[in-house]
Formats: sequence, C-alpha cells, structure tokens
Amino acid sequence: MTAVTEKAPVAIKSPKDSGDSFTASKFPVYLAIILIAVVWLIPALGILVNSFRNPQAIQASGWWTVFGQLFDSGTWTLQNYQTVLDQGFANAFANSLAVTIPAVAIPITVAAFAAYAFAWMDFPGRNLMFAAVVGLMVVPLQMALIPISRIYVDLGVTGSFPGLWLAHAGFGLPLAVYLLRNYMGSLSSSLIESAQIDGASHFTIFTRLILPLSMPVLAAFATLQFLWVWNDYLVALVFLGVARPDNNVLTVELANLQGQFGEGALNLLPAAAFVSMILPLFVFFLLQRYFVRGLTAGSVKG
Amino acid sequence: MTATPPVLRDEELETVRPHEEPGSQDNSIQIWLLRLVSALIVPAVLVVFFFTFEFLQDPGTNKVVQVVVAIIVGVGGVWLLYWALDRLVSALPDRAGAGVRPFVFAGPALMILAFYLVYPTIDTVVTSLRSAGGDEFVGLSNYGRIFSESQYLISLRNSVIWAIVVPIICVSVGLAVATLADMLPKKTENAFKSLVFLPMAVSFVGASVVFAFIYSFRAPGFGEQIGLLNAVWTGFGASPIDWMKLPFWNNLFLMVILIWLQTGFAMVILSAAIKGVPDDIVEAARIDGANEWQVFRRITVPTIASTIVVVWTTILITTWKVYDIVAVMTGGNDGTSVVAEKMVSEFFLFRNNGIGAALAVVLLIVVMPILVINIKRFRQQEAMR
Repeated sequence: MTAVTEKAPVAIKSPKDSGDSFTASKFPVYLAIILIAVVWLIPALGILVNSFRNPQAIQASGWWTVFGQLFDSGTWTLQNYQTVLDQGFANAFANSLAVTIPAVAIPITVAAFAAYAFAWMDFPGRNLMFAAVVGLMVVPLQMALIPISRIYVDLGVTGSFPGLWLAHAGFGLPLAVYLLRNYMGSLSSSLIESAQIDGASHFTIFTRLILPLSMPVLAAFATLQFLWVWNDYLVALVFLGVARPDNNVLTVELANLQGQFGEGALNLLPAAAFVSMILPLFVFFLLQRYFVRGLTAGSVKG
Repeated sequence: MTATPPVLRDEELETVRPHEEPGSQDNSIQIWLLRLVSALIVPAVLVVFFFTFEFLQDPGTNKVVQVVVAIIVGVGGVWLLYWALDRLVSALPDRAGAGVRPFVFAGPALMILAFYLVYPTIDTVVTSLRSAGGDEFVGLSNYGRIFSESQYLISLRNSVIWAIVVPIICVSVGLAVATLADMLPKKTENAFKSLVFLPMAVSFVGASVVFAFIYSFRAPGFGEQIGLLNAVWTGFGASPIDWMKLPFWNNLFLMVILIWLQTGFAMVILSAAIKGVPDDIVEAARIDGANEWQVFRRITVPTIASTIVVVWTTILITTWKVYDIVAVMTGGNDGTSVVAEKMVSEFFLFRNNGIGAALAVVLLIVVMPILVINIKRFRQQEAMR
C-alpha cells in the first residue's frame, strides 16, 4: 500500500511576527482589545452572577450591586439551580440529550456512505445529484415545516422523538454530505486504487480505509450538528413542543419560562439559561478545534 | 441556529475521478428498479422501526432506553443494513452489482433529502397558491396580500433591515477584532478570540434571555432598575425606557443580540484568512514605507476579499431566517415582526397555511441567487475535469 497523504481541510498558521513583548506603541491596541472583551463579556457575566444570587436579590437590584457585598453571607446561593431543576429543567435536559444524540449519530452514518459514493463511485446522475445536494444546503428549513408537520399529524407522530431525529437528520444531511464528500475526495486516489487491485470491495475500502482517515471531518461535522440540534428552538417547537409538553427540550422550556417573564420567573431565568448552556459550552471548549474546522471547511480553503 | 457555511468558493471543490467499473453506467429499467429499491430500504426500515414501535412513542418510556435504542438502531442497525445490502448486491452478476451498489451507498441519503427537503419545498410552493385551509386554489393572491397589507409589509421591511445591518456590522467588527488580535502574543490572542467566539455555542433563545437582563424595564416607582441599560440610562438622570417597546429602535436592540452571537463566526474565519496573507507582500509594503493602516487597507483587505464575501453571505442567510430572537423577546409585537417569525405565527397560531407557505417561499426566493451561484460554481468545477 502506498503512503497515505491526508490533507487537513484547514491549517491555521501561527503568526510569525506578532510581537511577543508589550511595547508602548501597542497601547491603543490593548485598549481596544480590553474594551471589546469587556463589551462581549458583560452580558454573559451579568446572567452568571445573577444565577447564584438569592431570588429576592435578583428581583430587587441589578447584578452589578454584588460587587459591594461580595463576601456577605446570603449573597450567594445555589437555590435557583435547585428550583429550576426541580421545575422541569432536569427533565428537559434529559429530553435535549435524547433528541440530540441520535440526531447527530443518524445523519453522520447516512452521510458518510453517501459521501463515499459521491467521491469514489461512478453512477449515472452523480454530478446532477451532488449539485442538488449543494443547492439544498441553502434551502431554509422553514420550507419543510408546513408539509412535514402535516404528514406527522396524519401519521400521529408529532410530539415523539423519532420524528425529530429524522427531521434533524434531513436538515443536517446536505452540509454533512458536502463536507464529507469534499474531504473523502481529497484523499489519495492511488491509495484507493491499490486497495482495489488487492481485491478489496468498496465496503471494505470504506470501512477500513476511508472512515478512519476521515475522523477529523466526522468530528467537525458532529460538533456542528451537536450545537445546532441542542440549540435549535424552531424545529423542536414545531414538531415536539405543542403536542407533548413533557417531551420539551431545554430551549423550548427556557422560552416558555421567558414568556412568563412578568415577575415570577425573573429569579429563575438566569439559572435556567445556564443549565441550557452548560453542555454546549463544555463541548465548545473541548472541541473548539473541530468546530472551527467545520465552520471554515465550507468557506475557507486550507 | 448555528451559522453553517453554505457558500462555495471557486477553488473549493476537489476534482474527483472515480474508478469506472463496467456496468456502473447501465441504464436499463431493471437496474434502475433495483437502484430505487436499494435506496429505499434503509429509510423504510428507519421509519417503520421508529414509528411503529409503541414504546418509542410512549411518553412513559425511560428516556435512556429510548436513546440507547435509537443509537443501536440509528447507527448499528443502519450500519448492518448497509452491510447486508452490500452483500446482496455482491450476489448479483458483476455488471448489475456495479450498477446498483452506488445506490446502496448514496440512495438512503438521497431519499431522506427528497422526503425532508425536496418534496416539502414543492409542496410549500403549491400550498402558497391555495387558501388558508388549503381547499381552494387562489393563485397569487396570498403573495398579493403579503406585499400590500401593512402587517406583512412591516415584517418584510424589518427582515430587510436585519439583513442589511447585521451582516455589515458582524463583518466589520469581526474584521477589526481579527486584525487587532493578530497583533497580540499567541496566548493572549487565543484567549481573546475564544471570548468573542464563545457566544457561537449559545442558543438564540439563551442569548435572548441574556439580553433580557440588559433591556429589562421597570416603570418608575416599581422598584430599582435591574436591566443594565436602564440602570446606566437613569444614572444619567433620564427616566427609564421600555426598550422593547420603543418604536423602530426595538428592532435595532434585537439585532444587537444576533450581532453578539455571530461576530465570533466572522472573526474566526477572517482571522484564518488574515494569517494566510503572504508575509513577503506585507514585508515588502512595510519596507516601502507603508504604515499599518495602509497595509490593512491596500493588502490585507484585497487579499481576503473573497473570504469577506463568503462570511458576509453566510451571516446574511442566517440573519434572513432569524426566528428565535424575535419570537422569544417580543413575539413579533410592537413592530418587531420578521418574515420567519410571521410565517410560524400565521401557520401555527392563525392556521393560515396559504400565507404561511407564501412567507416561507419569500424566505427561499431571497436565498435563491446564492443557491444558483453555488450550483454554477460546482458545475464549472466538474466541467474543468
């Protein structure tokens, strides 16, 4: 077998001459940077601080007032998280997991097989079909809401998870097929030819050779799709939320709570928001590399 | 909704030359029938399994059981099916096998796409030509109403303003941040970029809750202002303002949320492009006496122009389809409605399928040129092989 030439889709070069020492001439740069960082941080900081304050305090004063009473007893509490989890957010968290994991796993599997065919198999209509996939990438999913929810109502499957899994699979497939096909197509053709000469079938080449080599792009798409499905509100609301409230995912539950923003929910919102964000933030920090790679693969060539 | 990059660049697609096998281009009816059948089996099994088993529909079922079953079937089961179909196809005569096998691989994806995107698109276009209940053909009158009645015109106007303002600010700020970050030491740069990029992990709903605590309003006498904006505003001695009800400006306050979310995306992509600008050109310009601004204006920006267009288009598409922020923050009231939000409320609240579908078609028509350009670029790529 010949040497494997793997092309990483994106290689972010490290800067060579970005000055490593602080000099006076860079002062305005640092000032601008600090300003931007503060502006970007303040919204999230406010809600994080509020989520740990006691409920009466959240209602009574702005979050910035804690800086006068940082170490007072009674300033900080986990009570909001306790209340929020008891009031349906623990259930919603489980629902979000139940929706997201299969909605990531199914399209990756289906797309990987299709991408291999588009990259390495010959069949009539191949280019036409792939062009259609390319076109479908920008079709707004709003186009699918009315017909699909009608079909789901007829079948009696609104409010169930499987309907949502397959819908998310459908909406994620164009990008998945596109990303995977481009990556697989960039693998060395002599590698595949020599495997074929050795008598390997397409199935063997796909599972033993192409899939292991495609792990970076599989991870990139998985990260994208995970964040997309977990953070989705519209699809879950339409296919799940109305029909069966006990199956509500976090975004729908959070939006409902926000709807009662009157006064009662005010002290619960910050903690609820953080419960909904904790897993994507974790995934984001852990897999940021893959996430960036997935984002850039479509728009910047490495 | 995370921004995905749906825009192709000229040099994007690798040229691929699959190994031709005898029979792979056969076009007889029998072969096409076999191709269709093998494409349908995987989706059919998924649908039958997911939708007929009572326990997957039953809310009482343990969620862990549901997820485990879904993964076993959705990945393991599907995998096994692909394998079994591949074995079956291998039992066919060589020529027929080579003709059918690609559809064992690509067929299921194509069928799922056909069901969830192609068919619905056609159906939505047809629905948009029918009355509210769908029982009567009304021609273009739904579109006529959208482009004449003030409630829809407001949605259209707002969507257009969103689509102009948000991408421009995201790209400009993203470009500025990327350029500034490039001047920092490596570690500081990464920490800073992560911070601006962080909101990309946050849902639109979550971001709306975050900003609800900035825009929060209490009428005078109803307690201290807990919203940051009003606290600052009243700090200057002014009386508090209900920002979400402030005509026209409330739209801009909503846009700030999306800008907070999407600028990180612009920054990350543009930052990668900036690092790709060849050093020797930049060095040569500096030796010739160019200052930083001239380098940025005359070298960096022209070099990464195509990336800027791609980022701008991607954010434009995301912005045009924005729903969550408006739905959660204002419900489209007080003149903040946008097309995607109006579409959902027409369909689900007012049960007006015709108008809802027509609004969805309006969403599609605007991204149509991008769709056509993408396909054209792809065809050119293929033709050059």
